[in-house]
Amino acid sequence: MSKNKKKFFQILLVFAFLGFLGILINNLIINLARTGLGFNFNWLTKPASFSLAEHPLPYSPSDSYAWALFIGWMNSLKVIISSLVLATCIGTLIGFLRVGKNSFFSIITAGYITVIRQTPLLIQLMCWYFVGFLNMRNNSFLSISNIFNISNKGIELFGLNLSPEFSALLFGLSIFSSAFIAEVIRGGIQSVPLGQWEAFRSLGISEKQGFFKIIIPQALPAFIPGLTSQYLNLAKNSTLAIAIGYSDIYAINDTIINQTGRAVECFIILLCSFLILNLLITKVMGIIDKSIMKSGI
Amino acid sequence: MKPILTAKNLTKSYAKGILALNKVSFTLDQGKVLVVMGPSGSGKSTLIRTINGLETFDEGELNVLGIKISADSDERKIQRIRRRVGMVFQQFNLFPHLSILENITLAPIQVQKRNKKEAEEYGMKLLCQMGIESHAKKYPGQLSGGEQQRVAIARSLALKPELLLFDEPTSALDPERINEVLDAMRRLADQGMTMIVVTHEIKFAMEVSDQVLFIDSGKILEISSPEVFFSNASHERSRKFLNQIN
Repeated sequence: MSKNKKKFFQILLVFAFLGFLGILINNLIINLARTGLGFNFNWLTKPASFSLAEHPLPYSPSDSYAWALFIGWMNSLKVIISSLVLATCIGTLIGFLRVGKNSFFSIITAGYITVIRQTPLLIQLMCWYFVGFLNMRNNSFLSISNIFNISNKGIELFGLNLSPEFSALLFGLSIFSSAFIAEVIRGGIQSVPLGQWEAFRSLGISEKQGFFKIIIPQALPAFIPGLTSQYLNLAKNSTLAIAIGYSDIYAINDTIINQTGRAVECFIILLCSFLILNLLITKVMGIIDKSIMKSGI
Repeated sequence: MKPILTAKNLTKSYAKGILALNKVSFTLDQGKVLVVMGPSGSGKSTLIRTINGLETFDEGELNVLGIKISADSDERKIQRIRRRVGMVFQQFNLFPHLSILENITLAPIQVQKRNKKEAEEYGMKLLCQMGIESHAKKYPGQLSGGEQQRVAIARSLALKPELLLFDEPTSALDPERINEVLDAMRRLADQGMTMIVVTHEIKFAMEVSDQVLFIDSGKILEISSPEVFFSNASHERSRKFLNQIN
């Protein structure tokens, strides 16, 4: 194809895209006009007049929609960050055991990864919530003096009380993501050439020392891309909170849409918030990646 | 001369009937250099790797530096051997995330619990011996193949081994880089180091070795002095092999 022809088709493509976008926006404007709402964010300052079961900061129904959304964000971030930490810990441990020499642990962890990866997250969450937490005995299902207590009231840890909804979501997200993270860890470790294992063994260095001083530092760069995509997935998956009644940002947006009919504004807020959060996660992982690259290899 | 290594009827089989080692027996005296030759897949690498426990074996007995190991010996005994036997690999296997000097001092610091300064001083001495002291602060990726292999030799010397194993140390090198590595090995032999070398370098074998071991299909076909082996090999298979690589 000649250069001019190429340019012509590209310009045509741009116009087709702009036309499509125009139709969408036109539709939106017509529909907004029909409902008589118009496009604005003034409603954010009005009182929300619904109550929230869980709020890390003070909240009452007379507070504004904006404040309710902010509380929703706090709830989302709370569960995303704690699941991210827990999933990484469990996933790393499972990944290590999966590649380890002990065949018992290797088989057990392979089974764990298979079962968790092959079933839908929504079902796992429901299972943790209804079968796991709500079915537990009243006061203490598992209790270690006053430090740790699991019951149908959720988890109590050092006097910190976690609701059954939060606990189920934390467990569900962490365990689901941990299976994927374990595979990322396994892949990273196995990407280190076998010769590196032989080299440290031939020097009389123990398996444990060699693993942490020779193998892991070389596997780290291979962990980062996989971990990043798992963290992004985890953040997005947290919106399934609505299924078990945890008031995350999506659940609160859903309530607001029902009350006000402001679907367009609410979805813009939602999409932008997750876009910003995930860009932030990507950025942080990029910084970690760079610092690993700098420290050798 | 006291034997440093005695192998008695070492046998190893891979899946169904293929023998990697077939009743391999030999002894190696202190200060001697043994060159192992054989066609590819003959079991020469397997043989040298059983000596420091990188490969297991099914039957027979191995006595390395007075430590006896058999098929069911535990990791600890093998660990004791590895601390006294150095190994150099075909692919160098340097640790790419550590500097040259760190590559060399890692084992002395971790395994022998020597202090860092002492280990570094000894490491620099070894690098000087290998003629690469100017690269101490660099990383393996910045060095040529020949230089990397000399670092690998220095690394294997860091634990002051009583026996050195070389598994095709020059096979992955550019032709013009082979001699710098062979020269370093020759100097070690001159200093009285006991060595087992798997190699195809005939000139090196003729000049440096005390014995040549020829192995095919996991079986030792002959062990002779290099003079005999290269001019008048007793086994027909050895003569054929020599004709092919000459």
